[in-house]
Parts: sequence; C-alpha cells; structure tokens
Amino acid sequence: MGRIETTFARAKEQGRGTLGVFVTAGDPDLETSGKILDAVVAGGADIIEFGMPFSDPMADGPAIQASSLRALKGGVTLEKTLAMAKAFRERHAEIPLILMGYYNPIYIYGSQKFLDKAAAIGVDGLIIVDLPPEEDAELCLPAKQAGLSFIRLVTPTSDEARLPTVLAEASGFVYYVSITGITGTKSAAGASIDDAYKRIKSVTDLPVVTGFGIRTPMAAGEAANLSDGAVVGSAVVDIIANNLSDDGSTHDEMVQKIAAFVGDLAKGVAAS
Amino acid sequence: MTDTIVNSFVNQPDEAGRFGIHGGRFVAETLMPLILNVERSYKSACNEVNFTRELAYYQKHYVGRPSPLYFAERLTAHFGGAKLYLKRDELNHTGAHKINNVLGQALLAKRMGKTKIIAETGAGQHGVATATACALFDMECEVFMGEEDVRRQKPNVDRMRLLGAKVHPVTSGRGTLKDAMNEALRFWVANAQTHFYIIGTVAGPHPYPQMVRDFQSVIGKEAKEQLMEAEGRLPDAIIACIGGGSNAMGLFHPFLDDESVSIYGVEAAGKGIPSGLHAASLTGGTPGVLHGNRTYLLQDEDGQIIDAHSISAGLDYPGIGPEHSWLHDMGRVNYVSATDEEALVAFQLCSRLEGIIPALEPSHALAFTGTIIGDMNPDDIVILNMCGRGDKDLGAVLPMLDERGLL
Repeated sequence: MGRIETTFARAKEQGRGTLGVFVTAGDPDLETSGKILDAVVAGGADIIEFGMPFSDPMADGPAIQASSLRALKGGVTLEKTLAMAKAFRERHAEIPLILMGYYNPIYIYGSQKFLDKAAAIGVDGLIIVDLPPEEDAELCLPAKQAGLSFIRLVTPTSDEARLPTVLAEASGFVYYVSITGITGTKSAAGASIDDAYKRIKSVTDLPVVTGFGIRTPMAAGEAANLSDGAVVGSAVVDIIANNLSDDGSTHDEMVQKIAAFVGDLAKGVAAS
Repeated sequence: MTDTIVNSFVNQPDEAGRFGIHGGRFVAETLMPLILNVERSYKSACNEVNFTRELAYYQKHYVGRPSPLYFAERLTAHFGGAKLYLKRDELNHTGAHKINNVLGQALLAKRMGKTKIIAETGAGQHGVATATACALFDMECEVFMGEEDVRRQKPNVDRMRLLGAKVHPVTSGRGTLKDAMNEALRFWVANAQTHFYIIGTVAGPHPYPQMVRDFQSVIGKEAKEQLMEAEGRLPDAIIACIGGGSNAMGLFHPFLDDESVSIYGVEAAGKGIPSGLHAASLTGGTPGVLHGNRTYLLQDEDGQIIDAHSISAGLDYPGIGPEHSWLHDMGRVNYVSATDEEALVAFQLCSRLEGIIPALEPSHALAFTGTIIGDMNPDDIVILNMCGRGDKDLGAVLPMLDERGLL
C-alpha cells in the first residue's frame, strides 16, 4: 500500500477524515518554507499539498496569488521546489506529499524529467489545475506510468454526464472543489458537499476530500465529516502574509502560529 | 519550414482543438463543461441559416460592412513601390475589427440563453465592442481591464461606462492585458454557470481560437473579393499587426492556400527585441501553456511568464493565438516586428498623407510595410489591414510626437 492509501485507511480506522494542508514552496523564503512544512506536520496534517508557484495562477484567489509572487520573488524555481520536496521526504518518511500547481513550469522543465525526478524523490501525487481529462496525454498518463497518482479536481459544474470522464483516470484520491470559484474566497454549504460526495462516490471508490473556501477548524471538521477529508490552503497562507518582516525576525513566530493553527484544524477534523 | 507537408492550411484545428502542437484546452475543470457546451452550440449555430443570416444582418446594417478596400494613393507614392490598399476596418461601428467577433459571440450567447457577459480588454476596443453588443442585445457586461491600460486608454473606459458596462480595473501583475485575462478567467470560474465569456482574440481554450477566427474571416473574404473587383487578381502581399492576432487571422485565413500571396504578421518589438522589452512572442518566445492554450509565450527558463512591453495596449500581451504559432512553425506566414518608435512615425505619416488617423496597433503594420514595399514592383499589390482608428491613442501619442518634434 502506498502512503496515500495507508493514510486514508488509518484515518478511517480512527473514525475521522484526513486533514490536507496546502502551502506554497518557497513562501516566504526557501529556509522558512522548509520550517513551515515541518510545522504543518507537527501540527497534525495528514497530507501535504506543496504548491509549485506560477506567475499566472488562474484558479487562485488573492491569498495564493500573493503567496506565489512572494515565493518567485524569493528565487524559487521548480528545481528548488523538487529539492525542498526531496529534503522533506528525507525528514518525513510516511506522510503523503502532493505537488500542486499549473502545467507550464512542468512543461518547460520537461514533463518526463519532472515525473522521473518526482517519483525518485518520493512524491506521491500531482494536482495540476489546468490539465483536464481532455489533455491526459500531456501528463496524467505518463505520471501514472511513473508511479505517481494523478489527483483529479471535481467541481460543482461536473455534472452526471461529465463525472465518469473526470474520474476515468483518477488515482490516489479525488479533490472536490466545493465552490464554483477560485481558492480562498467563498464557502460551500454543507448540503451541497453532502450531495456532491454521494454523486462522486457513485462513480469511484477513491477517497474524496473537500477543499476551497475552508478556513476554520469548524469548517474543516464539517467538510471532513461530510467527505473523507478536508484541505485548507488560503487560511494557512494568510498567516504567512500577516507575519512577514523584511529581516525575517518574525518568521519563527510565523512558523509557531502555523503549527498552532494546523493543530486546531487537526482537532476540528478529529472531532468530525 | 518544417518537414511536415500539408495539403491545406485552412483545415485546422483538429477535434481536440490542436493546430499542430499548439492550441488545446488547458483550463480548470470548473470551466470544461461550459467550454464543451460553447463548442457544441457553436457547431450547431454554424449550420443554421437563421444564425448566419442574423449575423450578416447586423454586420451590414449595424457595423457597416463590407468595409471599403481603399487604394492609398499618397502612401503608395511616398513609398515608391507596390500599390498599397488599406482594408478599412477602422470604419466599423466602434472603430475597430473587434465588433466582427463580438456580434458573432453575443448572438451565440443569446442562443445559449446567456444574458451575462464577461470580456477582457487591452486597448479597450474589444471592451467597447462587447459593451456595445451588450447594450444592443440587453445583456449585462463586465469588462476586465488592466489598471495601466485604464490609464492610457481612458476614452475607451468612458465609452464602456456610458454603454452600461461595469469596468473592473485589474491591479495584479503589471496591470495590462495578460493580467486582465487572468482576472476575467477567475471571474468566469466563479460565475461559470451564469456567464458567457466573449474572448476578444484568437486565443484561449478550444473552440475560441477557431470561433474568433471564423467570425473575423469576413475581413479576408471581403478583401479578396474587393481586390478581384478592383484589380482582377490576388494581392502579392498581405500585412497585419499581431497582439493576440485576431485581425491578422481574419485577414490571413482566406488567403492561406493562395501560394502566390506572401503573408506578414507584425508583432510589437517595443523598445527593440534585444532590449527584452517587447511583445514579440514568436520572434522572442518559446512554446508554453497559458490562458487555456499552448502557444509561443514570453517566459523565462523556469516557465514563468514575462511581462510584455509595447506602446500599444492592444499588442501588449506575452502570448499569441495558437494558429499563428502553427503557421509560424509551418513557415506559411512571415512573422516580423516593428518598434514603438517606428509605429509612432507611421502613426503620424498615415495621418498626414491619407487623412486617416490609425490606431497604434495597425501603425506597427504600416511601419513594417514601409520597410518592404519600396523594393517591390509598381505592379505588385499589398493589402494592409487598417484594423482600428487612433482616436483612443491621441492622449498618449500627442505628447510623444511633440517631444520628438514630429508635430
């Protein structure tokens, strides 16, 4: 069993959903970003979604846009993101690590080279926002060949006719985008998550996690209760934005606040 | 030229929306069902007489098509070479070629039962055209425009507001067309079920590049017929400026299989290609994926998009329509460039010699024309697409002309 399967099986045994946390690689700088990853693990996250920054993140709201720009300004590249992923895996052997982002930096890096490297490092899966099933030949099929899960985004616009297409090549787990919108903006109603979860589960046996617009321990708990897990991104990234300093003097405090917030999220999910 | 031999250049894209390696549908899943629906609706509309008839009606009676093909006698004499004809799309209602496409898409939106419209705009011509169509068809209109462009194209912002559109100034990035497109796409993702996105150029996810080209091809079809009437033959060269490339694709497409016709697409070289401050995606870029399609982009070695630079807000975009990228790969169209300074000189030249104040965008095409037309034979014929008029640019251009002692 891979790390993703093990993680969902363990959470299920414990009678709770999983907690996924998104942070951007290299935000606010390369060194602090590594510490933030450790803080997210220490706080009790089950799955790490590590953002590969892109200059034009079309599905992201202001928080993650700003986060990507900070990281790029700090000199992060895809090569450095992979190096951070490698170092992370050496420190944490068990926790699933998902790389999330947009296709262009991967395409420019060289898709096969990227996949080989990611697989060798111990990355578990990919979420690529701008690669729908219609473009599966680009990365999804080669990723599965390389032994990486290709995690699909399902959205409120994915109707019954569309779902089988979206889920045909899905692997690892399914990421339900609970709002029609960009990251970190509005929040979904519980009833709509419940309904979507049932629709998705009628097509796939994969675990389904819920994300976009989840900002509090309570909301994380509710989403984890209505599906197999919750993902929180913008609310964590906001802690970075609110604790910046030019000389980095506030960054230790930032890391501590993130660990505490993730701890609260984990409690919220554990109570689900 | 690549080794690939094709029988025809007019049969692209394929079912997946590909022009060679370019094009495609690189969008968030939220938008996919919608884009597939646009594709289905467009296909069925094309086969319906009522749709094409209604579009033709508005083109004739509302836009004023066909636009004249005008023999520019004084420019011809000035350059001292081939005969220069101007395809006068700047005479269209709203002052540019953009309305050709907007009416087509607005009628499609109407057929699909959508009454809320999104658009991005650079120079503001597409925004004005969209606001106009929305007034005409009683639709809600939201236009996304970079903050920098709002400043340099103020008359168009005023026109949009007067027409009832809501203009959203976009502050992210450098506040130009790329950022406006990002923000329009974000708004669309959030409003996918209710809104129709009228893309203004031959770019974006399939079917947009094809659909916009089809609606703009009226330019090339008319020009071909009009020149046949005036001169009894095909032109030797056709020339158009390129930002995303919709006016150029509209002029070029009907001529792609006419081997004797040389075709030139003129990109904006800004402060010069070596300066790095330009918008010439084909001359200075590499293939990548942005805004729903694969195409040539200005980007760094890490795949991050680089800001474009041009005096012309309409050309200030780090990408280009995927069909142009394919035609570049195939070697069918020659992609060249003109700088800010060259465009300024051409802007003034056209105003003085023909009494036609061109937009800064086609001024680039005219500037390039000046570099080749003098060496052509007096019997040769060149068509330049005068795709927009320059009223919108006066505020920005006049101080620059004054500074250079050109007024």
